[in-house]
Amino acid sequence: MRALLRVAVAIAAFALPAAAASQPPTGIVRPADEGSLSLEQLGAQLYAGNCASCHGSQGEGVTATAPQRGAGGIQGLGPPLVGVGAEAADFYLRTGYMPLSNPHEQPRRSRVLFSERELQALIGYVASFGGGPPVPEPHPEQGNVARGLELFTSHCAGCHQVVTEGGFVTGAVAPPLEDATAVQIAQAVRIGPFIMPSFSERVIPADDLDSIIAYVQASKSPHDAGGWGIGHLGPVPEGMVTWLLAAVLLVGLCVVIGTRLKA
Amino acid sequence: MIRRAVAFLDERTGTAPILKKALRYVFPDHWSFLLGEVALYAFIVLVATGVYLAFFFVPSTETVVYHGTYAPLQGVEMSKAYESVVNISLQVKAGLLLRQTHHWAANVFIAAIVIHMLRIFFTGAYRKPRELTYYIGLTMLILALLEGYLGYSLADDLLSGMGLAIGYSVALSLPFVGANVAMLIWNGEFPGAPDFWPRMYMAHILLLPVAIGVLIGIHLLLVASRHHTQFRGPRRTERKVVGTPTFPGQTPKSLGLMFGTTSLLFLLGGLVQINPIWLWGPYETYLSTNGAQPDWYLGWLIGGLRLMPPWEPSAFGYTFVPNPFWGGAAFPLLVFGTLALWPSIERRVTGDRGFHNLLDRPRDAPWRTAFGSALVTWVFLIFVAGSADRVDVFFGLSYVNQIYAYWVVIWILPVVVFALVYRACRQLQTKELLESDHRRAEIEARAARTAT
Amino acid sequence: MRQSLKSWLVAAGVLLLGRRRDEKDENARVVAPGPRNPGRELAAVLLFAAAGLCATAFPVIYALDRLPRPTQLLGLSLGLAFAFLAAALIVLAKGVVPEEELEEEYLLPRVHDQEEVAEILEQSTDRITRRRLLGLAAGAAGAAVGVALVTPAVSLGPVFDMSQYYDTPWERGRRLVDEKGKPLLADDIETDVFYTAFAEGADKDAVGSSLIVIRLEPAQLELPAGREGWAPEGILAYSKICTHAGCAVNLYRTPLFDPVEPGPALVCPCHYSTFNPATGGTVEFGPAGRPLPQLPLLIASGGELQAGGNFSAAPGPAWWGVRLRKPT
Repeated sequence: MRALLRVAVAIAAFALPAAAASQPPTGIVRPADEGSLSLEQLGAQLYAGNCASCHGSQGEGVTATAPQRGAGGIQGLGPPLVGVGAEAADFYLRTGYMPLSNPHEQPRRSRVLFSERELQALIGYVASFGGGPPVPEPHPEQGNVARGLELFTSHCAGCHQVVTEGGFVTGAVAPPLEDATAVQIAQAVRIGPFIMPSFSERVIPADDLDSIIAYVQASKSPHDAGGWGIGHLGPVPEGMVTWLLAAVLLVGLCVVIGTRLKA
Repeated sequence: MIRRAVAFLDERTGTAPILKKALRYVFPDHWSFLLGEVALYAFIVLVATGVYLAFFFVPSTETVVYHGTYAPLQGVEMSKAYESVVNISLQVKAGLLLRQTHHWAANVFIAAIVIHMLRIFFTGAYRKPRELTYYIGLTMLILALLEGYLGYSLADDLLSGMGLAIGYSVALSLPFVGANVAMLIWNGEFPGAPDFWPRMYMAHILLLPVAIGVLIGIHLLLVASRHHTQFRGPRRTERKVVGTPTFPGQTPKSLGLMFGTTSLLFLLGGLVQINPIWLWGPYETYLSTNGAQPDWYLGWLIGGLRLMPPWEPSAFGYTFVPNPFWGGAAFPLLVFGTLALWPSIERRVTGDRGFHNLLDRPRDAPWRTAFGSALVTWVFLIFVAGSADRVDVFFGLSYVNQIYAYWVVIWILPVVVFALVYRACRQLQTKELLESDHRRAEIEARAARTAT
Repeated sequence: MRQSLKSWLVAAGVLLLGRRRDEKDENARVVAPGPRNPGRELAAVLLFAAAGLCATAFPVIYALDRLPRPTQLLGLSLGLAFAFLAAALIVLAKGVVPEEELEEEYLLPRVHDQEEVAEILEQSTDRITRRRLLGLAAGAAGAAVGVALVTPAVSLGPVFDMSQYYDTPWERGRRLVDEKGKPLLADDIETDVFYTAFAEGADKDAVGSSLIVIRLEPAQLELPAGREGWAPEGILAYSKICTHAGCAVNLYRTPLFDPVEPGPALVCPCHYSTFNPATGGTVEFGPAGRPLPQLPLLIASGGELQAGGNFSAAPGPAWWGVRLRKPT
């Protein structure tokens, strides 16, 4: 038992720094006289300070064959941004996926460090590289949840888990979708961030996408007819309740019943 | 009044002597002797709730289109089995309470068996003359695992369908006979012929519960006929058992435990959601979800399946050991085989063939305790490995690295645990010996003083 | 009338409130005298009452329609009823019921009886001259009857017919269709996304039917020798059923930015077997012992995707003969 405890401590000690490492990068580079700059100027300066080391000064991208040193002394690496449009810029910046402190890491949802004005400036600047779709406008209220469940199961559940609690794919994590907004779901489906597939209009038409979003939104408050939902992950939390709650209580009851009162 | 009832009964059945014995049958006192009772009461709850569920469940894979009250499944194609479980959950009054209580009772039943068995193992209660009781208990544990798995599978939801696919693969993986065995069970390649569902159902509600019920009967008869073991204590010897009589002392205790267990199961069934199959959706062989797991009591097998390297020995076209065999069949066979052989192994190693009505404390048998702890550690680590994917999602600890770490840890840690537990037992023994020497010396000194 | 009512009332009052007096001499008792604990007796009575109250709530909740959270209320009422019952009994067990400590002998082996049983068994048969032959005959008969009784179980399934494991609906020219039965067109297949396809006209749930279809750049492909032309325009089709434990391979890892992200892979969510689609479905990680079977593809004149033959190996989880034959 003591040995098990030791393992638990070791695992915890191991896990905590890892969790800390996935915290958002500290600080971004800001121009000093932000208020006096026009949106275009602000966008250009923010881009130069926070994005260019990985994505190139003109959004041409940095591939492994042309290494560059970024602000933090990290080797810059990043895909070209020409043609990604406001859709992608809006998604990556508003989810806190970007800026990324280490290009070899999977971007994860984190606190957004830019102000709303900065976001608009930066998104506009990236969109100005040319081409690319605008920020989408999904209509989940027109979607059908039942159809959404079917579509989600065949296209998304393999990675994101059927009640959108997230999951593992070899070498990456498919994030839980509890914080994803309707717009972000629509963007992610079309862009396919990191290792996610990208589903075009031909694969998932707009009305199907609305149904998928409707399902994801509905899954955030699932029909918990049975009581406390314990995370909608099925057997893992159920096993924990069995052992940490039920078994503990029952052993306790045995102790209470089985111990003689001292006269 | 009482006298007349007793007289009536005895004159017609002649049971007064047996009744007298039964009422004054002695139960040794220790809280850990009640753990097996918890399992028994969970089983009673399982049977009672299961009978209710059987009135509503439809064991058929025939396809229907759902038009019930639950909007997110409206118009979805599904099997009749799945539809009936959705209806039990969301339309039949009190159906969800009974279904969830049934499922929690299954989880608790097996947990109670495991805790009970740990107590039996670490106190050496399986020794002569109680080997048969132990073997029957072990058999019941195996049957209970199978019974739980079938119950989980019958619902035909996305999770259970994936579980069934894995079960099929494990059956298929049995060397040289697996494919034939699977043909017999499924009557065709997965997902099987339509008669597979009634077969599972029959096994779940008749064959296995009756088998477990009969074995419980024999188990209890054997316990009663040999009397319960007891811990060492004043007046308690290998020849004499000391404790509370069935009536009046033990009866309210046991009934209290029974009602307490039932209470907990109904409270869980009403308040904590378990296996919300309406959220998972129906299963098709070409669909799957991330994070699919079996109920906890099969979690050690998914750990074994996931940890196994892609090792599949084959030659001359024959596949000798298909991979799922290692984690899904060889691993549990090894664990249960060890447990089954343990009493004879211990007998042979220690040469101890005597009667044992007094229990060992874990420290009294350091080898056994150390071995048992190591075995539990091994199985537990593989069990935990089964949820490494969730650990990655929640804590960002790379799954792939975790798997590689487990490859090392599952072999090293049990050895470490063995050594530590063995030493701890020995130290406790020495400490006790010193203390009792010290006490004896003090008593002698005092006696000497008073004599002078 | 009035008299009898009065005596009934008195009787009820005595039953409810009266306490029993000890009738016998304390020394002649069988059961040790219990402790006197009127407080605990009262507590038990109250607990029983509470249990009854909670249990009564159950049918009421059951009958009331349109209550919010009926399952929780039902569970609470029944759970609490049993909890109060348990509490009442525990109160009774501790301090109301006499606490005795009895002694009893463990049973010793009854050597004499054992001896007698053995004698009965031995003496019953010791005049038989051909014991071994009789035993043999009876044993053989028993075995034969046993086999006869088990024989109908063979009807459970085609126990010796392994052909089903090799059968797939695929053959040259069979079209790939989507879940709704619509044929897949090569032009519709895009990169960085996956499609689920089935053999036209076949049972979608059959192990040999479902496919996962993707498109890679032809330059990326390093298919094994002998699979030239299996992936026209870089379109690849693999069995969707994992070769490890039969779950659906429903995960497609496809990097957005190749230099820093892991390469394309097909992953099974059950035990995370990871297959490389560029190299013919070889196992990259996880427990699967065989590559994912690949289906050769053709692009028909109308642009429809068709099978160019059968899978590279039998689809589905492994069994003893899975490597013996090619699928048919």
